[in-house]
Amino acid sequence: MELILQSIVNGLIQGGFFALFAVGLVLIFGVMGVVNFAHGELVMVGAYTVWVLHAQNGVPFIPVVMIAIIVVTAIGLLMERFLFRPTCNDPLAGLICSIGILFILQVLATVVGGDGPSKQVPPPYHGTLVLFDFLHVPYQRVFSFFISAAGLGTLWYFLTRTKFGWALRAVAQDREASALQGININRISMIAIGVGAALAGLAGALMAPLANINPHMGHNVIITAFIVTIVGGVGSLSGAVMAAVIYAMFHTFITVYFGGVIATICGLLLMVVVLIIKPTGIMGVKVSE
Amino acid sequence: MKIIIRLRKIIALIILLAGLIVLPHYLEFHYQDLLIFLIVNVLVVASYRIVTLTGEWSLIHAVMMGVGAYTAALLFKNYNAAMWFTLPLAGGAAALTAALLSFPLFRMTQFYFLIGSFAAGEAIRLTWMQFIFPFGGSGGLSGIEPPIIGSIDFMDPIPYYYLALGVVLICLFILYRIENSKIGMTLHAIHWKAPLAESVGVDTWRYRALAFIIGSFFVGIAGALKIHYLGTITPNQFGIGFMVFILIWVIVGGYKTIYGPLIGVVVLTIFDESVRGFGELRPAIYGGVLIISILFLPLGLESIYPKILTWCGIGSNSSDGPPP
Repeated sequence: MELILQSIVNGLIQGGFFALFAVGLVLIFGVMGVVNFAHGELVMVGAYTVWVLHAQNGVPFIPVVMIAIIVVTAIGLLMERFLFRPTCNDPLAGLICSIGILFILQVLATVVGGDGPSKQVPPPYHGTLVLFDFLHVPYQRVFSFFISAAGLGTLWYFLTRTKFGWALRAVAQDREASALQGININRISMIAIGVGAALAGLAGALMAPLANINPHMGHNVIITAFIVTIVGGVGSLSGAVMAAVIYAMFHTFITVYFGGVIATICGLLLMVVVLIIKPTGIMGVKVSE
Repeated sequence: MKIIIRLRKIIALIILLAGLIVLPHYLEFHYQDLLIFLIVNVLVVASYRIVTLTGEWSLIHAVMMGVGAYTAALLFKNYNAAMWFTLPLAGGAAALTAALLSFPLFRMTQFYFLIGSFAAGEAIRLTWMQFIFPFGGSGGLSGIEPPIIGSIDFMDPIPYYYLALGVVLICLFILYRIENSKIGMTLHAIHWKAPLAESVGVDTWRYRALAFIIGSFFVGIAGALKIHYLGTITPNQFGIGFMVFILIWVIVGGYKTIYGPLIGVVVLTIFDESVRGFGELRPAIYGGVLIISILFLPLGLESIYPKILTWCGIGSNSSDGPPP
């Protein structure tokens, strides 16, 4: 019983991370129609920024998180301007370009951090929160959870309460119709990828003290993001958040009882099953051609 | 006029073949090795082309190669099967896996198919990683040997090169014939005008599955060919990294004609060798070239040749693009 409750709490916290980078992928795909394969590498860059500035040079944690967000957003904007915009008529070309960026960012990380073993960032917050005498949650995780919840809340506010958010959702629904209404598609694409990349940077920065940092950490991130995106429904942000939490619980439980690789296999199979039974995902709507 | 063009093609083919036959004798050992892998990769991209003819980009092709390779490795390790058995059986196993997977996978199209095939492939690959018996876990299996016939030891690169060249050429010929047969035409039709093809009675699901099965059969053979020479097999050889290379070869080469992918794999392998000195920077250079070629040469290397002809005023301005 205690193990189950502990796993639920761990899964919930994990779900916060998953949601952060998965909604970025959904936003970019929804607005621009590009599968951003380099999304995992954006998370990796966020984690590396924290490693370089916080662990190596002792800059305090919170400003470093801000810097990580800015760095990753800048990379995202450059990708939009110089890669995705020129290839916007061919989704496959955008995908291939993002794979090119993936290689470049991985090599950049190797150059910055060296090959060698995975990097560790000492957690800036020590101690453990104990609830009901048996639930143990390190303060670092509590902090990360609240920040990711705040990030997602801000995104929700932005999308549903601001004009830019409305425009962005309109473009995701129908590109041409929204262009006819006078929405600047290029600017909206910029905003979408900026927000998506910022969330990826935030996820990477928050994850840094809790994960092994290496140039190939993006691989697991992108697999998770794909699973969450598909299970939640392509193009559905609330679906992605829900699927992130569900998948995180699922993954945590199977990892506890059967091990990590089996958990990932089960996750992938879950995704295939969802694709077969309900290709639009749990919260998805039919995507127009 | 037609006969002259045909004759010219045949002569070019003969020169190319002669070149391929004498080539390994002028190369160092390291390059002989590389040549064998290049030949195998030619079969990989050529078989991938059959899958992409219908317009679906699958991300499971590398794993299908792995299915073939693991079949060959397991047959050799457990039953000491000769290569003559393992090659077709490897292809058969990959084709069977593809047939089973086609039921769930081809319920999806486009983006969903891309992701679905990626997921199915990762699940298979992680299974190899998880189970030490019989797949050897992430360390894989080793000690898979090429055959010995009489006094010819295929452990040497040159005899093995001729063996691989023979197998690959036969496979390429079959693939070429398939693409130009009624099946190939139907696949093209499904790519460019799926609703029209359906309306004249083409079962698009069945043809897409067929293309997938044929492509998997040949890439399974390629996997067995590679593993008999390499001697060791690990799940990571068939990961998303290798799949990305297949995509790059096909896209940089161009996927409108049958020659495009072959040009891509040959040119990029030579390019890859020439930047070997850059060490760990190599993937970044590769990524850069990939982006540049997508931005400035979206139709691939194959589109250069007709362009040159048009500039010189010789070639007709024919394109292999979709009919209007």
